[in-house]
Amino acid sequence: MTTSLRLRAAVVSIVLLAVFLGAWHIATRSTGAAANMSPEYAKLMGMTATQGKSAMPGPLDVGAKLWEHLKRPFYDNGPNDKGLGIQLAYSIGRVMLGYLIAVAIAIPLGFLIGMSPLISKALDPFIQILKPISPLAWMPLALYTIKDSSLSAIFVIFICSVWPMLINTAFGVASVRKEWINVARTLEVGNFRRAFTVILPAAAPTILTGMRISIGIAWLVIVAAEMLVGGTGIGYFVWNEWNNLSITNVIIAILLIGVVGMVLDQLLARVSRLVTFPE
Amino acid sequence: MTSDKFISIEGIAKRYEGTRSTTIFENLWLGMARGEFVCVIGHSGCGKTTVLNILAGLDAPSEGVVVVDGQAIEGPSLDRAVIFQSHALLPWRTVLGNVAYAVSSKWRKWDRAKVKAHALKYIELVGLAGSEHKRPSELSGGMKQRVGIARALSITPKIMLMDEPFSALDALTRGTLQDEVRRICVETGQTVFMITHDVDEAIYLADKIVLMTNGPGAVLAEIVENPLPKDRLRGDLHRHPLYYALRNHIIDFLVSRSKTFVAETPDHDPRKVPVVKIGRTEPTIVASKPADSDAPQAAAR
Repeated sequence: MTTSLRLRAAVVSIVLLAVFLGAWHIATRSTGAAANMSPEYAKLMGMTATQGKSAMPGPLDVGAKLWEHLKRPFYDNGPNDKGLGIQLAYSIGRVMLGYLIAVAIAIPLGFLIGMSPLISKALDPFIQILKPISPLAWMPLALYTIKDSSLSAIFVIFICSVWPMLINTAFGVASVRKEWINVARTLEVGNFRRAFTVILPAAAPTILTGMRISIGIAWLVIVAAEMLVGGTGIGYFVWNEWNNLSITNVIIAILLIGVVGMVLDQLLARVSRLVTFPE
Repeated sequence: MTSDKFISIEGIAKRYEGTRSTTIFENLWLGMARGEFVCVIGHSGCGKTTVLNILAGLDAPSEGVVVVDGQAIEGPSLDRAVIFQSHALLPWRTVLGNVAYAVSSKWRKWDRAKVKAHALKYIELVGLAGSEHKRPSELSGGMKQRVGIARALSITPKIMLMDEPFSALDALTRGTLQDEVRRICVETGQTVFMITHDVDEAIYLADKIVLMTNGPGAVLAEIVENPLPKDRLRGDLHRHPLYYALRNHIIDFLVSRSKTFVAETPDHDPRKVPVVKIGRTEPTIVASKPADSDAPQAAAR
């Protein structure tokens, strides 16, 4: 029953994709040669004018270009012409670095906030004010203080991914069932061992949810951050190709950003399933 | 005065301070001998669970002390095992993992194999051999509580504290588990302090049944000695000549006297809670009269 449902869903997905690609193709195809135009003028205007071709690339153009990129993802022809693999690697590298720093700070701090009502209350106003700040608003301050555009991008990733993890960790730790804590207390389990054998496993699903939200936000923000700082990365690639007026490459980049984001999310979903326990 | 007692609750009180502070109970005294099975019966909110939590060391009394085996309680201890109402198993651990967690907490220097062997012994004792690798979510309510019992027994505590351990179970499972607990406690001479709502459970399991009045301001009204023989069987309980007298005395207390006791008994001395021995006379009155009549009460006294 479930397999048949999955099969049917897959069929519907494929049909939807085909309809979308077909509509896209029809909307952007050539409408035949435009008449009465001096050859110089036609040359100047390009295919858009001469053959009624839309400025928007069709799915076939994008497919051909994508294939070209996939064939050589790691070429490096200087600062403005690098393979998509290299650009994505830069972006993923920055996200991972900023994200891991955020994990290293948010989880211990979240533990502390969750365990201590005093610290929780004391830090709450700061968190409430800092949390809604758009990560990009930090960028000028980061550029001024850090004086390195690449490190500033990593800082921005850090600052945007720290909050969901911090808040979820604190919430997960604070809402560990009292009876589990009492079990550890009646067994005279010390604070340190209790944190690792009861609180951490009990809060792990909530913490992982926070980590999953964070990686999503980090991947959203890196594109914008790289558009600002420039140089390398998929965000820079998008903006550079916009300046080149290569809509084909912009579409390819959009597609790849989506794919990478999905992969990152699924990876954490996997880990999350490992630590989830049925009650 | 209570130095001969194994457990001695000495004048404990529990108050909640606030805009209007409430006294759950105060000046509460109770002694228990080694190997005794004591059941506390009372309505919800009378502070039974608070007394148990104080005994467990999970809660501190606002006043007074509890002395166990010559030492005042200062916090939770491995000498006092708690069986929680909601079993409180760690859901990410297996049956074996849950019991082994307790075992390795008590004997920190034991190696893995020794911990496992010891844990398995107690899993077998509660009749769960073969299920040791299951997770709590795969077990029925009764099996979960069995794991809770195995976990409590595995640390060989001096006292077992049970907070309505069977109240979440269906009647059939409850009966089986009562049999198991009774067998294990009689065999090992365990000292048990148990809270219950169930009169028959108290009669079947307890040596002494402590009746607690309604809170706030609850007091221990009576200690009823169970007249049934130590080797009682579930099937024969109701044939014992004093069974109905005892049962009706308790029910009578729960239905009416638990509300009025404090007002009607101004000279009640909380340090000398009256011990009630259900008399051997007139066991028949109770069978023919409803529980709220005066007769069983009179007969009991």
